[in-house]
Amino acid sequence: MSWFSKFITSSIGQKVVMSLTGLFLTLFLAVHLLGNLQLLQDDGGEAFNVYAYFMTHNPLIKTISYVLYASILLHAIQGILIWRSNKAARGTHRYAVNHVRSTERASRNMAWIGIVIFVFILLHLYQFWFQMHWGNLVYVEYDGYTHPVKDLYVLVADSYKNLGFVVFYVISMGVVGFHLWHGFWSLFQTIGLNHSKYTPLIKGIGGAYAVVVPLLFAVIPVVMYLKS
Amino acid sequence: MKLTLKIWRQGGKYNGEFVTYKLDNVNEHMSFLEMLDVLNEQLIEKREEPVAFEHDCREGICGSCSMVIDGRAHGPMQGTTTCQVHMRHYKEGDTIVIEPFRAKAFPVIRDLVVDRSAFDRIIQSGGYISVNTGQAQDANAIPIEKDQASRAFDAAACIGCGACVAACPNASAMLFTSAKVSHLALLPQGEVERKRRVLAMVAQMDAEGFGKCSNVTACEAECPKEISVSNIARLNREYLAATLAGELT
Ligand code: HEM
Ligand code: SF4
Ligand code: FES
Repeated sequence: MSWFSKFITSSIGQKVVMSLTGLFLTLFLAVHLLGNLQLLQDDGGEAFNVYAYFMTHNPLIKTISYVLYASILLHAIQGILIWRSNKAARGTHRYAVNHVRSTERASRNMAWIGIVIFVFILLHLYQFWFQMHWGNLVYVEYDGYTHPVKDLYVLVADSYKNLGFVVFYVISMGVVGFHLWHGFWSLFQTIGLNHSKYTPLIKGIGGAYAVVVPLLFAVIPVVMYLKS
Repeated sequence: MKLTLKIWRQGGKYNGEFVTYKLDNVNEHMSFLEMLDVLNEQLIEKREEPVAFEHDCREGICGSCSMVIDGRAHGPMQGTTTCQVHMRHYKEGDTIVIEPFRAKAFPVIRDLVVDRSAFDRIIQSGGYISVNTGQAQDANAIPIEKDQASRAFDAAACIGCGACVAACPNASAMLFTSAKVSHLALLPQGEVERKRRVLAMVAQMDAEGFGKCSNVTACEAECPKEISVSNIARLNREYLAATLAGELT
C-alpha cells in the first residue's frame, strides 16, 4: 500500500477527512449565512437576487461549489462508515447500565444528527438550489444591470408563507447547532490542535458559533413568515 | 450493610447472564474487591463457582482490576481503580450491577475477566528505544526541562488498565495509545525512533479492531490515572507529522 492509502484508511486518517470536510462545511455556513441575511433587506429581493446570480455565475464560486458538494458527500459517507466500524468495535454486548455525562450528548450522537442534517440538505437543495438551476423561475430586471436575473427571492418568500416549512427550517437549524456544539472543537482536536492556552478559547468560540450561526439562519424564515 | 449484587456470569454453567446475589455482612471498611472476596467465599462454601475477576496489586498501580460497576469503568469514584473503591461509598440496601469491560478487542474470558492482551501487542509494536549501553548513565546526563518531564510523567502514569476503551462508546484505544506514544515523544530518549514508533503503534491499534476516536472524552472522565485527552491530540499530531513529513522507507 502506498503511504497515502495507508494514511487515509488508518483510523486517524479517516478522522482527518471528517475534520477537514467538517471545517470546510463549518466555514461555508458562515458565508452562506452572510449571503442569506440579504433576504431580510426591504428591497423586494433585489440584493438577494443579484447575489444569487453572482453565486451561480462566478467561475471561482462555481469551482468552490463543486468542492462543497464533494465535501458534503465525503463527510456524510465517511461519517457513516466510521459510525458503522465503531459500532462493530463495541462488540455484540452492550452495558446493562449506561452512564452518559450530559457533556457527551452531542458527541455520542454525531451520526444520527448528521443523517438528519443530510436529509435536511437534500430537501433544502431540492427546494431552492435545484429550482434556481433548473426550475422555471421568472426573470426580473433591475436598474443598472445589463441582464435579467432569476427571481429566487419570490420562491423563498412564497415557501416561508407556509408555517410548516418555517418550523422545519427552525428545527433543522437546531440540529445543525447541536452537531457543531461538539464538531467545532472536535475538528481541531482531530488534527492535533490542542493547547493549554488556546483550547479553552476554541471551545468558547465553538459554543458561540454553534448557537449564533444556526440562530441567525433560523431568524430568516421566521421574520419572512411574520412579514408575509 | 446489606447489598444486592447483579453480576455478569459467563463460562462454566453460565451462558452469559446476570446472576443476583445477596450479601448481608458487608463492612464499610472493605474495599470493593474484598467485598467480592466475601461473596466468593460464600459461593465456595455453597460449592458454587466463584465469580472470576482479575486483581493483582490491590493498590491502584497494576491496572488489572477491570470491571464496570453501575455503568462506570472502575466504579463511581473519580481517578480511582476498582481496588481502591471502598464500601463506605455505598449504603444499606444498594443494588450494584457489575459487568465486564465491553469491547470487541477485549473478549470476555470468564465472568468479569477480559483478555486485554491487545494492549500488550500495541506496546510491543512500539519497539525499542536506542540508548547507550555500558556504564549506567548518570540520571541527569540529559537535561530535561521540569515541566516537560512532568508532562511525560503524567502520560507515563497510564497503567494500561483499559478503562478508557471500556468507557468509550466507540471502544477506541486512543487514550491508552496516546499516553504510551506521548511519554516517549516528550523526552529526548524517545526521539530516535519517534516517527517509526507512532506509525507502528497506530497501525497495531487499528489492526486490533479498536474504534476510532470521536472526541467524546468519556475516557478521560473514567481513567483512574486521569490521563488527559490532550495526549490524543498529541498522538494525532505525531501521526500526521510522521506520515506527512517522514521520508519514504
Ligand atoms: C452543515 C453540515 C455539516 C457540518 C457543518 C458538519 C461539521 C462537522 C464537524 C466540524 C465535525 C467534527 C469533525 C471531527 O471530529 O474531526 C463533524 C463530525 C461528524 N459529522 Fe458532520 N457536519 C455536517 C453534516 C454532516 C452530515 C450530513 C453527516 C452524515 C450524514 C455528518 C456526520 C458526521 C459524523 C458521523 C461526525 C463524527 C465523526 C467522528 O467524530 O467520529 N455530518 N461534522
Ligand atoms: S489511559 Fe487511563 S484508562 Fe486508559 S489504559 Fe491508561 S490508565 Fe487505563
Ligand atoms: S488490582 Fe492493581 S490496580 Fe487494582
